Amino acid sequence: MRLVALSTALTLSLASTALADDPVRIGVLVTLSGPPAVLGEHARDGVLLAEKALGGKVGGREVEIIVVDDEGKPDVAAQKARELVESDGADFVIGPTFSNIMTAIAAPVTQGGAILVSPNAGPSNFAGKDCNPDIFVASYQNDQMPQVLAEHMNRQGIANVYLLAPNYQAGQDSLNGFKAAYKGEVAGELFVPLGQLDFSAELAQIAATQPAAVYAFMPGGMGVNLVKQWGQAGLSSIPLMSAFTVDETTLPAEQDAALDMLTGSNWAPDLDTPGNAEFVASFRQDYGRVPSIYAMAAYDALMLIDSAVKAAGTEDRDALRAALKAADFPSLRGEFAFSTNNFPVQDFYLTKAIKDDEGNYRTSVVEKVFTAAADSYVGECPMK
Amino acid sequence: MFNLFLLQLLNGAQFGVLLFLVAAGLTLVFGIMDFINLAHGVLYMVGGYVMAMMMGTTGNFWLSLALVLPVTLAVGLVLELLVFRRLYDRSHLDQVLATFGLVLVLSELVRILWGSAPLSVAMPEILSGSVPLAGPMRYPVYRLAVIGVGLGVALSLWFVIARTRVGMLLRAGAANRSMVSALGTDINRLFMLVFAAGAMLAGFAGAIVSPILSVDPGMGDSILILTFVVIVIGGVGSVKGAFCAALLVGIVDTLGRMFGPILLKSLMDPAAAAQAGRTIAPMLVYILMAAVLFWRPAGLFGRAVAR
Amino acid sequence: MTDLTQTLARPRARLAGRLKLALCLFAVLAVVPPLAHAAGEPFLIVVATRMMVFAIAALSLDLILGYGAMVSFGHAAYLGLGAYAVAILSRAGIDDLVLQLLAAMAASALFAAVTGAISLRTRGVYFIMITLAFGQMAFFFFVSFSTLGGDDGVALPARSTVLGLPLLEGAQGMFYATLALLVAVFAGLYRLTLSRFGRVLTGTRESALRMQAIGFRPFPYQLTAYVIAGCLCSVAGVLLANQAIYVSPAYMSWHRSGEMIVMLVLGGVGSLTGAMAGALVTIALEEGLARFSDHWRLGFGLVLVAVALFSPGGLSGLLRRLGLVRDAT
Repeated sequence: MRLVALSTALTLSLASTALADDPVRIGVLVTLSGPPAVLGEHARDGVLLAEKALGGKVGGREVEIIVVDDEGKPDVAAQKARELVESDGADFVIGPTFSNIMTAIAAPVTQGGAILVSPNAGPSNFAGKDCNPDIFVASYQNDQMPQVLAEHMNRQGIANVYLLAPNYQAGQDSLNGFKAAYKGEVAGELFVPLGQLDFSAELAQIAATQPAAVYAFMPGGMGVNLVKQWGQAGLSSIPLMSAFTVDETTLPAEQDAALDMLTGSNWAPDLDTPGNAEFVASFRQDYGRVPSIYAMAAYDALMLIDSAVKAAGTEDRDALRAALKAADFPSLRGEFAFSTNNFPVQDFYLTKAIKDDEGNYRTSVVEKVFTAAADSYVGECPMK
Repeated sequence: MFNLFLLQLLNGAQFGVLLFLVAAGLTLVFGIMDFINLAHGVLYMVGGYVMAMMMGTTGNFWLSLALVLPVTLAVGLVLELLVFRRLYDRSHLDQVLATFGLVLVLSELVRILWGSAPLSVAMPEILSGSVPLAGPMRYPVYRLAVIGVGLGVALSLWFVIARTRVGMLLRAGAANRSMVSALGTDINRLFMLVFAAGAMLAGFAGAIVSPILSVDPGMGDSILILTFVVIVIGGVGSVKGAFCAALLVGIVDTLGRMFGPILLKSLMDPAAAAQAGRTIAPMLVYILMAAVLFWRPAGLFGRAVAR
Repeated sequence: MTDLTQTLARPRARLAGRLKLALCLFAVLAVVPPLAHAAGEPFLIVVATRMMVFAIAALSLDLILGYGAMVSFGHAAYLGLGAYAVAILSRAGIDDLVLQLLAAMAASALFAAVTGAISLRTRGVYFIMITLAFGQMAFFFFVSFSTLGGDDGVALPARSTVLGLPLLEGAQGMFYATLALLVAVFAGLYRLTLSRFGRVLTGTRESALRMQAIGFRPFPYQLTAYVIAGCLCSVAGVLLANQAIYVSPAYMSWHRSGEMIVMLVLGGVGSLTGAMAGALVTIALEEGLARFSDHWRLGFGLVLVAVALFSPGGLSGLLRRLGLVRDAT
């Protein structure tokens, strides 16, 4: 796929004037190798499924999707982003998976004249002071998921909570986001080294404190370890509520250990919105697994681009930005709009892990927690 | 507080035993054959994946565990025949290059075969409970079993090395390879045996921990460095050293993480102490290693290495 | 193994062939930008820049690993120190490349002097692991460094300036600045390895005991080499930060240190040209293979295994056996 794209880009870059019947070029820059590759795979598959659903056309024009692996390294990502924009002539870049890579590729993509649509990462600086007219975040702002759980705990009258996260930027942001919204008492907070395998010490500390609930942000393999060790340590009586810890990418490994655990999310496979059931069914058919929010947001990202290109083309940049901002596309999440900072205004749900009738482990909507919620940094963004 | 301290001590020791299970095979291969095997971590990963696959087909924990042993032994033998055998006489750097390459190849093969998503291994029913300790604190039965297995492996390794004829040959081979060869022992067969046993131990460790830790393509990476830390602190080639160092690393890491911030709070204001505690916690193991090597440049139980 | 007297004799002949090869390499690199433009692939300039950045890093590692037999598994720390020198100074309003280079080298020299003095108490694999320990400490320090973005890293406002001029702004400027620094580092190391200092260092590689017997205490030589290697690697860090316009602790993870060793061994240790070739080939393989498949690491791994098995001494060993380079050893 990549080679074809390259050779076309080569022939086309000779006649660099973009014509209206030129294909729309879209780079997909996600992490596809190394341990965290599964999130990137979901995102890539989400984009490809959307392309298929659109009949191989975006905005009614031919489309060229160029999938690139950022190897999980920010400097590699910065270089590949530049290559996508400068050499392959990408009009849009869908990516990245992780926040640290977002910081690395934002400038190369936007300064190179392309538009960045994030299918996952939504760091606070891009929602606030570093907001950018050429960056659209199709997923969420990082703080919002913990705030869903904080709000849920406020409503449940949970008096004190223990916090657990890895010691890196996203972990600190997540706990700060939680504390900003939570009204009860913080019984304790622990930061574990990134990549820690064994949680027995933390679990003993939690058992000794006996908090009313625990909030954890523990992505990927760390989350799997935490969830598996949770029940084994005899802590099942304390509710473990988490963000990015129990989802369709980790549930295949957590299985029964995660059942009934609560998570905050903007979507779940059984969310009752137009087109969602079809999306889940065709994703499962094509890729053999239940889609996650990473797949969903990437699917939405391409649909968003499709709607904007259809309305405004790619020539007039201001018109294109306005068309993107209008977010006039059928989101799998139902109601979807952009705030002034180009971050979504959307509903958030409490979800829980279940085993469905077909034996798949997935998340399921419990209740709506926020309606049409914007993030809390929008005021710091100078864009109007 | 004292109860909690004891419990955390137990947790630390338990984590140490876990590390020892992986480190035991590596320190044998490294110490006896003077071979730097970066691929030891992926053999551990292969053990985890084979376990997950066997569990998927047989559904029986004990049967799967029993099947992991011959499979990882076979993987070890094949690798020895194809790759390692040609590298025994070469420099450490060539070994690093080859085994680093193997890490990439095997990790990618695992991803192709089983995908990138983490897999799960269910715990056997009989070991899945937890036993009460002080107050509301409980301790998982499975972890007690892991401690038992770790101790068992340590004892049997010690027995084999110190008390059997094979062990004697191994010690002799490590000390002077050509002499043992000249005395009529097929040293290459001996090395093949050691390597295959090391691979099997790594695979066994991967299988044993799979009900506690996630089975994913990164599991070998994350354990490899810790394993090297353990065998270097203990002194390369010393099973006794690896065992003590594993316990030491487990306990220092666990207690430091839990009680370091509390100690720091008595020295500085709480916010700064929390920040400092979080910064230092992941470094603790490395600070420990640097300190040990500063005072004892060949590890706790290592012989001074001739260059 | 070389006889000590032979090592101490000026190994001019051995290096002459290598020097020619290196000069050819520089000449080829110098014409990459016009060729890339002519071929309609200007992006190759950026890839070539990255190759040269890592060639500088590999050269610096070769001084200690190849010539001094000190296998450092924490060398990426200097890459990170160089990069963070750029980030910290540019935040303080100092954008000048020369000042940033000086600051990076000073910081690296200090770090290398302290950690090197401790590490050099150990030998062999213990040295490998203690350098890893110091590298990891530096890594975790920057991961926790929240004011500079911690693990997320920090984007730079712009590339550094040279005497107030934005020479690095374009891909070509960045390329030629990197090439100039690469040539400078190579020339410096070439002189250094031929000097008395270099010969004593090589002597300690062959036999520290015998060097001691003829009156050279290895420690000061080894430590000096370690400090120089750290300083030179920080130059690569400064360039890497400028090329990506972004700085992150990921530059100094142990994976990076491992990759640098692999580059060097692939090219051939103890040969400056080999070090550069190793870096170039590694980046080229990564870039090239990644275009074919997500599973490119499989192919890359197979290449490494094959080189290790069938070509002792890496690529320069291969050249030697093909008779392209004469070699005394």
